[in-house]
Amino acid sequence: MAILLEKSFPVEAGAYSTAGEASTTIKRTLKQLGISTEVLRHVSVACYEVELNLVIHSLGGTLTLLVDPEKVTLISKDVGPGIPDIEKAMTEGFSTANEEARTLGFGAGMGLPNMKRNATEFDIQSEVGVGTTITMSFALA
Amino acid sequence: MPQKRFHSVRLEADKCRGCTSCLKRCPTEAIRVWDSRAHIIDERCIDCGECIRVCDYHAKVAVTDPLETIQKYKYKIALPAPSLYGQFKDLRNISQVLNALKAIGFDDAFEVARGADVVSRAIRERLKNPDIPRPVISSACPAIVRLIQVRFPDLIDHIVDVRQPMEVAAMIAKREFARKNNVEEKEIGCFFITPCPAKVTAIRNPIGHPTSAVDGAISVLEIYGLLSSELRNAPVDISIETASDLGVGWARSGGECNAVCPENSMSVDGIENCIQVLEEIEDNRLKGLDFFEGAACAGGCVGGPLNFENNFVAKASIKRLASRDPDPDLNVSSSMMTKYNLYDSDQIRPNSAMKLDEDLIEAMRKMDAIEKLYAELPGFDCGSCGSPTCRTFAEDVVQGNATRLDCIHKMREQLRIMAQQMVDLAQMKR
Repeated sequence: MAILLEKSFPVEAGAYSTAGEASTTIKRTLKQLGISTEVLRHVSVACYEVELNLVIHSLGGTLTLLVDPEKVTLISKDVGPGIPDIEKAMTEGFSTANEEARTLGFGAGMGLPNMKRNATEFDIQSEVGVGTTITMSFALA
Repeated sequence: MPQKRFHSVRLEADKCRGCTSCLKRCPTEAIRVWDSRAHIIDERCIDCGECIRVCDYHAKVAVTDPLETIQKYKYKIALPAPSLYGQFKDLRNISQVLNALKAIGFDDAFEVARGADVVSRAIRERLKNPDIPRPVISSACPAIVRLIQVRFPDLIDHIVDVRQPMEVAAMIAKREFARKNNVEEKEIGCFFITPCPAKVTAIRNPIGHPTSAVDGAISVLEIYGLLSSELRNAPVDISIETASDLGVGWARSGGECNAVCPENSMSVDGIENCIQVLEEIEDNRLKGLDFFEGAACAGGCVGGPLNFENNFVAKASIKRLASRDPDPDLNVSSSMMTKYNLYDSDQIRPNSAMKLDEDLIEAMRKMDAIEKLYAELPGFDCGSCGSPTCRTFAEDVVQGNATRLDCIHKMREQLRIMAQQMVDLAQMKR
């Protein structure tokens, strides 16, 4: 089905002061579209996690929202550093968050597992030195 | 067409100058300024009273009942909000307020703080149920409940299904008065002494239950003068003070948390602060939080726009008055918990006033059109067009409620083009 709505948000590495702004705008958009509260709940959680991941772990990237009549899709694409061992990164409790992020209450190692739990479909592709792309979709029906 | 809703917050059109003060402060973007006067979008207004607070011309008002209304009932009971006690600087004793209320025409005064005691216990019980999503959200501030309906529909099932203290107080007051005086309950009128318009709306148009047990609402400001003069002679009688310090504490932000769930709870006051924290709750960022108390007004109910006293002063007074007991506990017996209907009967429904369209595909088309127009707008959020922001202006245009040239910057652009065309025309050689 054709994509009817696309919005992209640049997310800067280490920009804690603006972290969460993309998620807030995405939530507002979905509420205006009248997306069901059930889907909204899942998107909210996954969206914030993935945005924060870009801030904490990446060298910067883009968060993209796509909406078509069947699903909401979130794509997080960064420019590095890439994840050496995806399986390990997907393990609950595993985290490489730095001291700064931990002081702010992040780094519990629940980010990726949480995203996977909330999305209908979850895909992660990563190459060290190139970057990581996370694609999550949320079925509307 | 949606039914016309009751709102306590109204506009006095002849006082409105069409400025942008209220436009900018409305948390649900429910105000537009068209033809030099403000208009309130009925479906979006949550009666929080922010516009009343910020209007320099006093054009925004709250509709409450005049004191004479109580004469419609044979027996009249005042239900003072605990925040009322904070309105008098030299008040020594809560019983003086209760006695002064009787002196101005009520047959009895029943403390809403005692309703808060019962409600606190009911919420404590609810918190034992792990199936209610965390954090459980207080239902006490009607403006916050309506805010959630409009802006956070996915958090509705967090709202605790216990009625507000004024509802419970009215039920108990009527039954106890009827029994004691051997009269019928329907002959008794219970009047809430209200600090805010949201409570007035909650009485006329309740959420969670079909009808209110409260028969009317009189604003604190309406009776402030009368009450102050009666207070000078009002006798002290601590035996008529029946609410606990915890119940009285509900008057200020943090009081409910204190009474319900002192650990793992959070109290937030001011509607913008509440919005920020609700965003966090929505993103599941507040893990481990059991209870959230949100008050639309700064300071809690003591900050209500229909109060007389500054909210910090009132808060200090409440703190002093609610320190009678070194180790306070709720004043509520077990029988109370079963004797009255403390719980909501109806499910709270989302308010779809923010939705662009009922049809998803149509909504997406509109969203696309909004994005395109928004990209062309200056982004000053000046409010000259009558919409609070450039973004809402784009929404209004796409929804057919405004036209592009309502934007003075777009208009200027258009004029420049036309002027140039005229110059070109004038310089054309035959």
